Parts: sequence; structure tokens; C-alpha cells
Amino acid sequence: MELKELTIDKVRSLLERGEASAVEICQAHLDSVERRNPEVKAFIHSDASRALDQAARVDQLKKTGQPLPALAGVPLAIKDNISIQGQRCTCASKILENYTALYDATVIEKLRTAGAVFVGKANMDEFAMGSSTENSAFFQTRNPHAIDYVPGGSSGGSAAAVAGGMAVGALGSDTGGSIRQPASFCGVVGLKPTYGRVSRYGLVAFGSSLDQIGPLTRTVKDAARVLGVIAGRDVHDATSVAVPVSDYVAAIESPVKGLKVGLPKQYFKSGIAPEVNGKIQAGLKLLERLGCELVEVELPHTEYAIACYYVVAMAEASSNLARFDGVRYGLRVHGEGTLTGMYRETRDAGFGNEVKRRIILGTFVLSSGYYDAYYLRAQKVRTLIKQDFEKALAQVDVIASPTSPTPPFRLGEKSSDPLAMYLSDIFTITANLAGIPGISVPCGNTAEGLPIGLQLLGKHFDESTLLRIGHAFETAGGFTI
Amino acid sequence: MKIGVKEVEYVGKLAQLGITEEEKNLFIGQLNSILEFVEQLNQLDTSNVEPTAHAVQSADLSLNMRPDEPVPTFSQEQSLTNGPETGSGHFKVPKVIADR
Repeated sequence: MELKELTIDKVRSLLERGEASAVEICQAHLDSVERRNPEVKAFIHSDASRALDQAARVDQLKKTGQPLPALAGVPLAIKDNISIQGQRCTCASKILENYTALYDATVIEKLRTAGAVFVGKANMDEFAMGSSTENSAFFQTRNPHAIDYVPGGSSGGSAAAVAGGMAVGALGSDTGGSIRQPASFCGVVGLKPTYGRVSRYGLVAFGSSLDQIGPLTRTVKDAARVLGVIAGRDVHDATSVAVPVSDYVAAIESPVKGLKVGLPKQYFKSGIAPEVNGKIQAGLKLLERLGCELVEVELPHTEYAIACYYVVAMAEASSNLARFDGVRYGLRVHGEGTLTGMYRETRDAGFGNEVKRRIILGTFVLSSGYYDAYYLRAQKVRTLIKQDFEKALAQVDVIASPTSPTPPFRLGEKSSDPLAMYLSDIFTITANLAGIPGISVPCGNTAEGLPIGLQLLGKHFDESTLLRIGHAFETAGGFTI
Repeated sequence: MKIGVKEVEYVGKLAQLGITEEEKNLFIGQLNSILEFVEQLNQLDTSNVEPTAHAVQSADLSLNMRPDEPVPTFSQEQSLTNGPETGSGHFKVPKVIADR
């Protein structure tokens, strides 16, 4: 069993043919975590006995001749901001280091019912704030392809677990690219669904109007399988939307001939690393050979997107993180014996620098006298960006770009300059502002062997077309172009 | 400079966030360069633009509603399990009323 090449379909065929049991597949991954994790540091914690219990239940089902559910025996890594009942959920923050989730997130409940096995909770930037996983309060995750490089972020542990052969797939969360960018950096597939497609119940909130949970997998078909399980309206999340869930696995087989792929003029203007651009151009030529039509489109407000995004995301973060006060859960530091002293000391000791920066700026842009100038204005610019996408996507089926303007960077290369780190999110944040779905698929490597990702953005609730083009691209050899 | 020591301290107070002297020195430069960057939003005329709070909403908002009926949720005991200090079925906090 070559773990790095295992897919959901292969797990299924191993089980169905009786070539391996779910317990054996789970154990092989737990062994792999033991071997690889000390170097890659993808996981914050792993509960082997619970994982083996889940796997044993799958074997029991098979023994009694019952049909195997969609993800039977599939080992998954779960980002550590998604609640699994009875397991710690730290968000890679000291403030939640000892917090144990009381309930399953809706996505976890659905994956459990589908027979998936949770091999461990994956490292991330603290509270999902970052693009390199260097902001974890515990340790830095490394890129399995090149150990001195970052795996991307904030779902860097999830991406590294899949790329490093420690899980067949993973869940991440994406507020401004946190699934797609680490997928790109680690050479795997990452899908951010439409806002409202997947329930956020049980996901620790960062930017509530931007956050979405999605899969990281080795193949596009696997992403389709996981999305099919986790998508849907949930009464526990009032922002989840009651649009019927498509049969994504069936949808990917449709031909892509005649589909229009938009290339935003503003994205390809400048600032893309030459090696990235070269591979993306080769990827686009491949799409053309598959029968897609490449069309130039305009996204005129692109240059304002990062500023808009950071104002909105920081404002929402500062509100969401107000709940961490040392009273009901998490860390408590006593301060000078007063209640407010306890709040301040707890939050000072519990939050890392990036989180503090965002709380300070978020509070500033929401404060009296600045609200209109910053927050309200950013919300209006958000409307303009959303309209850009509506206009462009009226002309084309999807929009293509690099996922990240650069290949993976070295550990420490950008960590002292927050603004430089924010600027690298240019191609991914707009999807969160507009609420549209996006996928990153591998698109070759640099000469040094560092992965490059092609991003496709689609219309609201049209994950099917993204997956369909992604699958055609993969089948035609695009991943290793 | 939009943000100086005074502003950081004021905002820190609003956010109930203790900030050390060392952090203040580190943050002030970084926060100002981020704010300066964000200023570019002022180049756009947004006088006739409606703000967007949520990008995706059902056309029929009633679909997002559930009946207002009580359902079982966590017990008091469960709810207290993560509390740093608890007692008599409550979360304990430092005294908030001064001694007479």
C-alpha cells in the first residue's frame, strides 16, 4: 500500500476486495504519522484509539454485509479549528490549548456517518490568521516537498498531512485562501465551496462572512466525493443555504469542450513569478486543447481587494475573538485580581502577535469616528468587487489564475513583514469577498521541485463546473505539466 | 501617523487586550503601514454603492429560519466542563463589587 498514492476510490476497492481492512489502513496512516510528523509537524494531536475505533466500526459493517457508506475507512486530517466531540480544539492558540470540544461540528457528524476516520487534528496559523502556518503558537509545519519551505496557510497542517502521506484527505477552512493556497504550495487539490454551501457550525469563527470549510485531497474526484458528503443546509448555521446539493462525482465526467475560461486582465498584468506564470500558461494551453475557450475578462477593482479584505476580515475577527476572555473556557490569567485585569492579562498571554495585530486594527476600524471611513467603506468596495465577478462570470463559465503569485517561500522569509504576507493573497481573497467557490489544482513544479497551483473560480453554487474542469485537467496530465 | 502609543493603548482598552511596551513598539510601525495601505480605498467613489455584509443569501430568507421551539442542548454540567474555575454550577470570576 503506497500511502502517498492512496485515494478514496482506492481505499474503497481495498476494502471491497478484502485486500486490507479499515483498521489496517488506519494503522498504516497512524504509523506514517509517527514516522513523518516529527519532521513535517502537520498534526497538533492525534487520538489513535478513537481513530482505530472508527475504523473497526467500518470493518464491522463490512463483516455483517451492510453497504459501505461513501467515505468508509478513509483516513482524514481535520484542521484544529473544527470541533470533534471529546477532542481538543486548539486553533493553534495558547488561549485554547486545553479546550475540549463538547460537540461534533456538522461536517464532522456528516463525515462520521459517511464512515471516515479522523487520524488527527492538523496544525494551522493561530485562529487561521496567516498564509504560512508560521503563526501557530505551537510549532511550524514544514512543506513535505521541501522541508525548509512553508506549506502555506492557514490550513498548512491539512495540506502537509495529505502531501506527506499521513492522510488520504483533509478538511481545512478558507477565509481568504486558507485552503487553496496551502493546497497549491503542497501540490494537492483544495476546494473552497460557495459561502453557505457547507455548514460552519462547529468551526471556530474568524471572519464569519468569509469563512467556509472545504476539502484538501489528492485528486479532483476525491474533492467531489468529500464535498458531496459535507455540503448542504444545516439548521445550526443560519447562513447555510438551502440550494440542492449536486451529484458532484457524476458532474465531473461531463466533457469540458466549449466551456469559457476567463482570464482577468488585471491578474496577469504583473507581479507573477516567471516560473509560476510559465506553468500557468502551459496549463491554460492544455485547457484550450481540451476544447475550452480562453476569454479575457475585466475585474477592474482588483487593486483594492487586499485592502478591502483586510479591513473586513480584521473587523470580524476582533468581534469574534471577544469571546476569549478567560471566563468560560480556555486559558485564564489572574491579572491584578480584578475582572478587567483578568480579561487583559488572559488575552495578552493567550494570543500571538498576528492575532493581536488583527484585533487592534479590527477594533480600530470599528471604533467611533473610524467606522464610516474604514469599515463601511470596505463593505461598499466589497460590493464593487462582487459586481466585478458577477459581470465577468456572466461572460464566462469560470475564471482562471495562479493560486499564488509565487511558489512556496522559505520559512521565515516573510514572517517579519505582515503586509508582504498579506499581498501574497491577491488571487484568493476575492472569492471570499464575493462568496464564490474556488479550487486550486496542481499545475506542475518549479525547477527546484516546488509545487505550483492553478486556481479556478466559479459562479455561486457551481462547484460542479470547477470540479469538472479540474478533473479534465488532471486526467489530461495537467497536474504534472 | 494614524496610530501612535495613545491610540494603541486606547484600542487595547476597547478590546480588553493587554499590550506590553515591547509589543507596542513592534506594532505601531506595522499597524501604520497596513493602515496606509488601506487608505487606497479612499480613491474610489462609493457614494452610491450599497455595502455588502454577506455575499450570498437565499432569495427567500424564510428558508433560513427554523421554528422557534425549545430543543434540548448542553446541560449545565456539560457547559461548565471547560471552565477554568467553576463552583456551585457557575463560572467563577474575580470579585466585581467592591467591599464596603
